[in-house]
Amino acid sequence: MTFKRSALGLIAAAAIVAPTIGAAQAAQDGIYIPLLTYRTGPFADSGTPIANGLNDYFQLLNTRDGGINGVKLIVEECETGYKTDVGVECYERTKTKGAVVYNPYSTGITNAIIPKTPDDKIPVLSMGYGLTPAADGRVFPWVFNMPTTYWSQASVFVKYVAQQEGGFDKLKGKKIGLIHLDHPYGKEPIPTLQKLAGMYGFEFVTYPVPPKTMQDQRSTWEKIDDDAPDWLFMWGWGAMNPTAIKGAIDVDYPMDHFIGVWWSGNESDVRDSGKKAEGYLAGEFHGVGDDWPLFDEIRKYVIGKSPSQTPESMLGETLYNRGIMNAVIVAEAIRTAMGKFGNKVINGEEMRWGLENINLTAARLKELGLEGFTIPIRVSCEDHEGNHPVYLKRWDGSKWVKHSDWISPMRNVVRPLIEAEAKKLAEERHLPIRECK
Amino acid sequence: MIYREAGQFKTSYAADQAIFPILQDRIAVAIMMVVALVVIPMFGSDYFLEIIMINVLFFSLAAIGLNLLTGYTGQISLGTGGFMAVGAVSSYKMAILFPDLNIILIFLLSGLFAAAVGILFGLPSLRIKGFYLAVATLAAQFFLDWLFLRVDWFTNASTAIEGVPRSLFGVTITGPAATPVAKYYVALGFVLVFALIAKNLVRSQVGRAWMAIRDMDIAAEIIGIRPLRTKLLAFAISSFYCGIAGSLMLFLFYDSAEPDLFDINLSFKVLFMIIIGGLGSILGSFLGAAFIVTIPVILTNAPDLLGLPISSELAKHLEFMIFGALIIFFLIVEPHGLARLWQIAKEKLRQWPFPY
Repeated sequence: MTFKRSALGLIAAAAIVAPTIGAAQAAQDGIYIPLLTYRTGPFADSGTPIANGLNDYFQLLNTRDGGINGVKLIVEECETGYKTDVGVECYERTKTKGAVVYNPYSTGITNAIIPKTPDDKIPVLSMGYGLTPAADGRVFPWVFNMPTTYWSQASVFVKYVAQQEGGFDKLKGKKIGLIHLDHPYGKEPIPTLQKLAGMYGFEFVTYPVPPKTMQDQRSTWEKIDDDAPDWLFMWGWGAMNPTAIKGAIDVDYPMDHFIGVWWSGNESDVRDSGKKAEGYLAGEFHGVGDDWPLFDEIRKYVIGKSPSQTPESMLGETLYNRGIMNAVIVAEAIRTAMGKFGNKVINGEEMRWGLENINLTAARLKELGLEGFTIPIRVSCEDHEGNHPVYLKRWDGSKWVKHSDWISPMRNVVRPLIEAEAKKLAEERHLPIRECK
Repeated sequence: MIYREAGQFKTSYAADQAIFPILQDRIAVAIMMVVALVVIPMFGSDYFLEIIMINVLFFSLAAIGLNLLTGYTGQISLGTGGFMAVGAVSSYKMAILFPDLNIILIFLLSGLFAAAVGILFGLPSLRIKGFYLAVATLAAQFFLDWLFLRVDWFTNASTAIEGVPRSLFGVTITGPAATPVAKYYVALGFVLVFALIAKNLVRSQVGRAWMAIRDMDIAAEIIGIRPLRTKLLAFAISSFYCGIAGSLMLFLFYDSAEPDLFDINLSFKVLFMIIIGGLGSILGSFLGAAFIVTIPVILTNAPDLLGLPISSELAKHLEFMIFGALIIFFLIVEPHGLARLWQIAKEKLRQWPFPY
């Protein structure tokens, strides 16, 4: 009984202390960058390399250069487990500490925090994911989805198919399929592909995969086998990807006609299938492998030194590199902001200016030790996507290799769709539309 | 000593039937009201209001709703998330389609939509019971999930449904621009009114009919309680509460949410709330919601507050373990829930400090 009583007393005490939680401790001695990570939960395999990439680059800047222009970076992880409610909790907890930018890496969390950011004056950088119409910077000044969006990428895939078929006029009568997670994220490219189907006269078929049964896709693949689409695109995530690739192998779908979105092009998606998946293609906007001087620096200064948790073998993995690229954009935006506002601890508003005026040139990439790692990146007041090209990478049976050149998206098709959707959202949400000079 | 009702004589039926017949309870409730209405909004940080209080409030409402159905009428439901989704989606649609409609009215109407859907999926309860009914309500959950993901009309073909900004008496009360205090008062208002209604419902003829059905439906039928009306009424009112809770969740907390947030996990979460809080108890709904919402938040913040240098990943794992252990601990201490624990404490308090 005494144990029971004292335990109850402890819990009661905890309940009384709880209201004191949330007292803000502002990070005055450095730039505070919260990372919403998911090293736990069903998507931990993807979340861990992303978190490591982001963390390692900031840690490198801190240990090698003493921060950015002499100002330290304070990086704090908040574990979400990919859950939206926990993500919102993390956002509310970290925003008062002087957060300058959020990189949510989850469509659900991105959607939930986008409406909150204008009032809190903190920008969101959802690099190549999240809310596509947010590329219209007039309606969503606080959201950046550079270098490119799902819709742009879908147009790149069609362009690539046209190149392979020998011109856009050859697309007529062809059949292009889309196997996608039956979820708002998976349905993202459908309007764009429908529009392109109308323009170029190809037939467009969708094969939705319900999230609950994404590890059993036999019926879907039987249907694909019957329909025999000439090309197949995939918008998948998590366990759906390797299952789909195995499904394609089972029905002998030609791998070099199967193209995945940049979330369907991880090592873990194809590694199990190994040689059999050879030829599988995926969209990408940053380098594959670790053949850049920056990675040597990371090996030298960061790997094995706390708080970095990265095993050396993770360097060069797709999602690790994506974390690095994300961190590079954040760091360069901070530098840009410092160029205007001075070398001090910047705030969210100044960071927003930095992101909007970022100019990541090829020369700058070379200075960073990342020559050719990605394309030069610039955005503008009205265009937060920047219309950057994408390339296709190929699985050679044991690793990813660069396959195509950088292909520019069809801006004339995608941009009007983005603007129309942004306008619709602005009306629904009563968002002010900003003038861009 | 302090908590004794000796000498408090009831001289009228009204006094005898009051919700809080004991003076000390009335004082405690009055103090709690002052805390909830004045102290918390004045001194609570934004984080405390948004993450803890607003969450506790709308989950309490959902838990009351489910408790009316499961705790009082004995019909197990796993469709809570689906009914909350109906509330959220219908209030979003109404807010977009009728920009001039009062937001409070929208919330109430969304409850009616949810009630209608609840009646529809409550129909099988007339023929099946227990675990079989749980499976039938599971179908409601999956169907509604599927419907809102698949039919673009419900979400206006966008990836997320939004809590549209609206104001009442010139104060913005929903959407991202609303202050946490304004949102808190809206949530509190709804919860107070509907908790009071629920409390009175279960003390009335309706509530007694529900409990008769729960305890033995054949006996209830023999003494003249109509199972059709009683069960469907329970489903309707329960879904009404859940629908409003779903609307509040979208409009006061998420601001923008993918429809699949209202999935089976949400149903389980609310079910766990009433199991831990206490089946067949309005107070239990509050206690259960408070337990499930606040404990993880406290645990998440604990390493930071105590200054423990552990990684966020380890902290999360510890949080899961401690939370799980606490649930098991409380269920072993009192399988009938936190509400029963409070009842026992009350009986002990009566004799304190001279137990015999």
